[in-house]
Amino acid sequence: MTPWTVSISAAVASFILLLVVFELIRSRRLRERYALMWLLTGSVLLALSLWRGGLNTIAGWFGVTTYPPAILGAVGALFILVVLLHYSTVISRLSDQNTILAQRLALLEQQLREGASRP
Amino acid sequence: MLAQLGELKRLAVVPAYNEEASVGRVIDEIRAFDPGFDIVVVDDGSIDRTAGVAADRGAHVVRLPFNLGIGGAVQTGYRYAFEHGYDLAAQIDGDGQHDPGQLPKILAPLLAGTADLVVGSRFAEGGSAYRSSTTRRIGIKIFAGIVSAVVRQRVTDTTSGFRAVNRKGIALFAADYPHDYPEVEATVMSVKHKLRLQEVPVEMRERSGGRSSITALRSVYYMAKVLLAIFVGLFRRYAVPVEEEHR
Repeated sequence: MTPWTVSISAAVASFILLLVVFELIRSRRLRERYALMWLLTGSVLLALSLWRGGLNTIAGWFGVTTYPPAILGAVGALFILVVLLHYSTVISRLSDQNTILAQRLALLEQQLREGASRP
Repeated sequence: MLAQLGELKRLAVVPAYNEEASVGRVIDEIRAFDPGFDIVVVDDGSIDRTAGVAADRGAHVVRLPFNLGIGGAVQTGYRYAFEHGYDLAAQIDGDGQHDPGQLPKILAPLLAGTADLVVGSRFAEGGSAYRSSTTRRIGIKIFAGIVSAVVRQRVTDTTSGFRAVNRKGIALFAADYPHDYPEVEATVMSVKHKLRLQEVPVEMRERSGGRSSITALRSVYYMAKVLLAIFVGLFRRYAVPVEEEHR
């Protein structure tokens, strides 16, 4: 069984994560679109830290018998991996769009310059 | 304050994404309803001839360099309205599902000065029988219940994009507009900013071109995102928009 100290610390940490994400959305520093994955991460980790029996069962499925909280770390890592992969796609899209913006701007500037120099 | 439509500087905002088949007819129908309406078509990064078709009909065309989604496209229209000093802006989808012939119903409360934002509802009494899937109908009912509770006013159609605002609404939406799936949040946000909201029953048509932006897979994201936005919105402070502030 998971030691109580581990369960409580994990629960507190997940709860703080949820609070921070909430405040970031409220103050408009984080868009809902990108917050959903973090909220899901926080909620799952919070649920697994509080639901000690469940954590034990899930650990059993993966053959982890000696130290069930290892599953908390594994689940956390999995979610972070998904968030990172998602960010990679977001960054790729942003850099594509950035290229398009730079090209459009350069073409506009060129048009403006040549328009202005004409008599 | 009862205003005549003819005295007001008025704009139709037509967001269009790959709507070459229908956008021309939408423009013609707006002109047929009232030739005094200026029309701005916001081409949201279409890869078909949407912009060309709209320009051929003499509409103002704003081409976005890439697809921003409906929220970003519509806000572009409101920014245009704000910067060009329009008194009134009506939002009409480029896919043809909004019938410009219904505009008198939507504009009436604005002209009478009894509302700042008017939304055409498919489900209010007197609206058309609207066909859609059961899951979609349940979703619509849930949102209607939540939004009604949040704005303390009965709202039946939260996802309708057939709407119109006065100068106050233009100022608010030009400064701040939700990003994706914006209709529900825009409605809630307006009321929080002390704008007067009114729903009027309208009939909508089947889409004549393009596809709905909401697929089955996206609806889960849609629900989660909008519910989260409404929930977090409850904890925000809202300022009453200043009408002539330029941003």
